[in-house]
Amino acid sequence: MTKLRRHTVIPGFGLTLGYSVSYLSLIVLIPLSALVARGVGQPFSEFRAAVFDPRTLAAWRLTFGTTLAASLVNAVFGLIVAWTLVRYDFPGRKLLDTLIDLPFALPTAVSGIALTAIYAPNGWVGRWLEPLGIKAAFTPFGIVIALAFIGLPFIVRTVQPTIEDLDPAVEEASALLGASRFTTLRRVILPTLRPALVAGFVTAFARCLGEYGSVIFISGNMPMKTEIASLLIVTKLEQFDYAGASAIALLMLVSSFVLLFLVNFGQWWSTRGQRERF
Amino acid sequence: MSEHKAGSTESPWLRRGLIGISVSFLALLILMPIAAVFTEALRKGVGFYLQSITDPLALAALRLTLLTAAVTLAANLVFGLAASWLIAKFDFPGRSLLLSLIDLPFAVSPVISGLIFILLFGANGWFGPALTARGIQIVFATPGVILATVFVTFPFIARELIPLMQEQGTEEEEAAILLGANGWQTFRRVTLPNIRWALVYGVVLANARAMGEFGAVSVVSGHIRGRTNTLPLHIEILYNEYNFAAAFAVASLLAFLALVTLAAKTALEWRIRAEQKQLTEEL
Repeated sequence: MTKLRRHTVIPGFGLTLGYSVSYLSLIVLIPLSALVARGVGQPFSEFRAAVFDPRTLAAWRLTFGTTLAASLVNAVFGLIVAWTLVRYDFPGRKLLDTLIDLPFALPTAVSGIALTAIYAPNGWVGRWLEPLGIKAAFTPFGIVIALAFIGLPFIVRTVQPTIEDLDPAVEEASALLGASRFTTLRRVILPTLRPALVAGFVTAFARCLGEYGSVIFISGNMPMKTEIASLLIVTKLEQFDYAGASAIALLMLVSSFVLLFLVNFGQWWSTRGQRERF
Repeated sequence: MSEHKAGSTESPWLRRGLIGISVSFLALLILMPIAAVFTEALRKGVGFYLQSITDPLALAALRLTLLTAAVTLAANLVFGLAASWLIAKFDFPGRSLLLSLIDLPFAVSPVISGLIFILLFGANGWFGPALTARGIQIVFATPGVILATVFVTFPFIARELIPLMQEQGTEEEEAAILLGANGWQTFRRVTLPNIRWALVYGVVLANARAMGEFGAVSVVSGHIRGRTNTLPLHIEILYNEYNFAAAFAVASLLAFLALVTLAAKTALEWRIRAEQKQLTEEL
């Protein structure tokens, strides 16, 4: 693809360029710039007041805390799931592998009410947690469950290809040199999987920060306690506080962009390293 | 799996333990919710189930969902084809920037995807007052629902087509043009057959998201029953009215769609892999 455009005989450059750029501008760029203009356009004191008032701060803490917890849970269990799906054969493996993508395909409102039904005090799982004194639905723990559901495919699908690409010769060499299987897992396999695991973790984290539909049913939505940031944006919109909603939204948008930029940069950086080594 | 030599694989008990952990985790997090949807949907019997999904408000929501998905898919399909042709067949300054910008909506929270259209077309928005004066309503009406859905599904089809068309290169199209075909003939007879399964794949994934989008649509719809409610919003209203069995009955339709989507996705992946394998064997 080094050849310049003017050297090709293929037609349609002007048409597709014009159409793509116009459509992208109309649907994506102009609407997003409206948010940036609205968020930045207000006096800084008002922006600060909207972003740092106690209720918003509580929502930030809850959103980041539950997102972090869910992503950590997924990093551990997602790795185990990816490993078993790639390396072991057991009945139902193909079905489970397909169902990993369910959180992508199932509408968030449906997952939200389904998870609430299961983890509510009279639900399939909730009724076993209740006697143990564990409340799941309508607490931050419930939010973590919903976010773990949403984030799981991001981790599994990022780590799976890396496990498939592991060179068995390296593991055999490690075993022949006298390493126990546990040592091989810890010292040889885990370091190889780490970049993919981190990339999956950060992508899931960015996705969960802005999650709405699957959380609002199970969270209970009590201000200062179980109100997440994206719900606060909706609340402010319903009160016609457009400036406040825009301020919170802008901060959330910037957080996700920075995280996803880091993932892309990290992947570019690690593949650059590989190119230099081989 | 079995081809791994002894010493380079886990002991049987560790293997069984890890499988146990995986299956239990997936059962709790993935299998139970899908089972709960269908169980709760039938809690009050088949009669109530049928009544819930044929209720006039549910049917109105279904109609809006189908209309939204149809318009969204058509719009994003045309864009996906144009953008992938542009990016895969030509090299020009700003190409990688364009590629990153197409992915932008993936990084935007659903709620924000709705908010931006309120800021443009709402009562105090950039274009809202001018449009209202001419009697055109975008947000809290069908166009807003469609716009927000187009935004959230924007990258889906383009993202499936671009890498595939880049991989296929430009030789076949160049040959067709040199043999006298015009641009449209080349696209229809040479390019389209090469990308059809990836195209279907992108449409299937975009459709699932378009029919199921909740956050973005919830912000722009205004929740007017029978008029701006899509199926996911109808579910929310029923649920908040404590009409759980009806909410789950409508939800079961979308859950069924999700299962069909996953089955189609798996079948298409298998198909695309088989075709690629055939292609490399021919070479």
